Amino acid sequence: MTSDAAVPAGSTGDGPGPVWWRFGHDAILVEFTDAADRWAFRCPGADELVVGARTVLVRYDPGRHHPADLMAGAHLGAERTGNVRTHTVPVVYDGPDLTAVASARGLSTGELIARHSAVTYRAEFCGFAPGFAYLSGLDPVLHHPRLMTPRTRVPRGAVAVADSYCAVYPTDSPGGWNLLGRTTEHLFDATAPRPALISPGDLVRFEVVT
Amino acid sequence: MIVVESPGLFASVQDTGRVGWSEVGVGRSGAFDTGAAGLADRLVGNAESAAVIEAVGGGLRLRAADRTVVAVTGAHGPLTVAGRPAPRNAPVTLSTDDTLELGPPTVGLRSYIAVRGGIAVPAVLGSRSWDSLGRVGPDPLEIGDWLPVGAPRGNGPLVEVAPVGPPGPAVLDVAAAPRRGWFTDAAWQTLLDTAWLVLPTSDRVGIRLAGPVLDRHDDRRGAELAPEPMVRGAIQVPPDGRPIILGPDHPTTGGYPVIAVVDVAGVARCAHLVPGETVRLRAILDAGR
Repeated sequence: MTSDAAVPAGSTGDGPGPVWWRFGHDAILVEFTDAADRWAFRCPGADELVVGARTVLVRYDPGRHHPADLMAGAHLGAERTGNVRTHTVPVVYDGPDLTAVASARGLSTGELIARHSAVTYRAEFCGFAPGFAYLSGLDPVLHHPRLMTPRTRVPRGAVAVADSYCAVYPTDSPGGWNLLGRTTEHLFDATAPRPALISPGDLVRFEVVT
Repeated sequence: MIVVESPGLFASVQDTGRVGWSEVGVGRSGAFDTGAAGLADRLVGNAESAAVIEAVGGGLRLRAADRTVVAVTGAHGPLTVAGRPAPRNAPVTLSTDDTLELGPPTVGLRSYIAVRGGIAVPAVLGSRSWDSLGRVGPDPLEIGDWLPVGAPRGNGPLVEVAPVGPPGPAVLDVAAAPRRGWFTDAAWQTLLDTAWLVLPTSDRVGIRLAGPVLDRHDDRRGAELAPEPMVRGAIQVPPDGRPIILGPDHPTTGGYPVIAVVDVAGVARCAHLVPGETVRLRAILDAGR
């Protein structure tokens, strides 16, 4: 599935193809058997593609396109490697939940920091707040449930984990994730030409600041 | 220029929304009752994409710093200009220093005020809409704000009044949505048979409903949905069973299964649901899945 040849969606790959659903008057939700196909999905004529964890939302102008035509023209192209950017985010690991998560996982804080900063994460999708990217790749040892009671205020730049995901809070907001550290990087600025630092598909590494 | 003498209960600037940023978590936002906002613009000769003021409830008081033409649509209720009753759904001329005041709505909740030329506050990411969830766009109106007005286009209003009534009965047309299959047929029937109570926590993010629990199939009980993109009008069903109809400021992705989607007219009607009233849902097609 590396060529950009037009393969009709629904019959791509060896296994069962993606599943399509109408989702309101101007959108289609496409669910993939292999979540990695999200990065190769193309849909000519669509106004906007929005990625989820296993899905892509196709938004279109119902005055100009019929959903059946969009489905017929959709295909898997080359993975968007050309657009993938790698971000190195400096982190001071002094979050309020650092020691609690470490002891719950049977680690010293030093071991937790080493494991958290050792891997390259991928931004799977955004949500919750502008610029809030869900990063996959977290060491399974660090998978930890979110707080029973969310905090009413998490500061901008907080680096946090919940379940299998890692994230950086782009703005001050409420939040229920476990806070491991903080960065001074700006994750979201609505006035910048590229408002979000991290887009879906991007790679992220954390660099320990001591 | 328009001067905000009082924002009333709550008022913000809205247009047709912020397109193209959902992928990085910035939703579309925009006027909740799109039909009413577009009508207000047309009545004063604006393009339908021109920014208007969306006012919740009553109490909004504006002063015209210059002579201008405005139109108020959406909810029904008292409207005065320079202290005298004025019509809704009609172009109304304000002389310099005239004030316009919205009384409490008698039917509906949100009113739209278009000014000839459009509200011309700076756009953020291509839109003048205030997004209450993402906190993007021009801040909600406050006492003493000065709102710039754009240059008028064309020849101005051509009609004297638009023959529209107040918002109709709270009955929303819905179609089955991607995760309809997570729920039992009995749950689908319950969705359509229930007079759902509108909760006071409802806002531009979503209309929150109370009623009977909508049961999932046994094999979906306790299951987590991998977060997926959301749309305006989607009815999410959290485990507590209380459905949420997503409004214009909905999160771009969500982890609760969506059983149904409210159609465009129904979402506009949601802009006028008042906490404590009941709303009914009606299937567009005689199809459950």
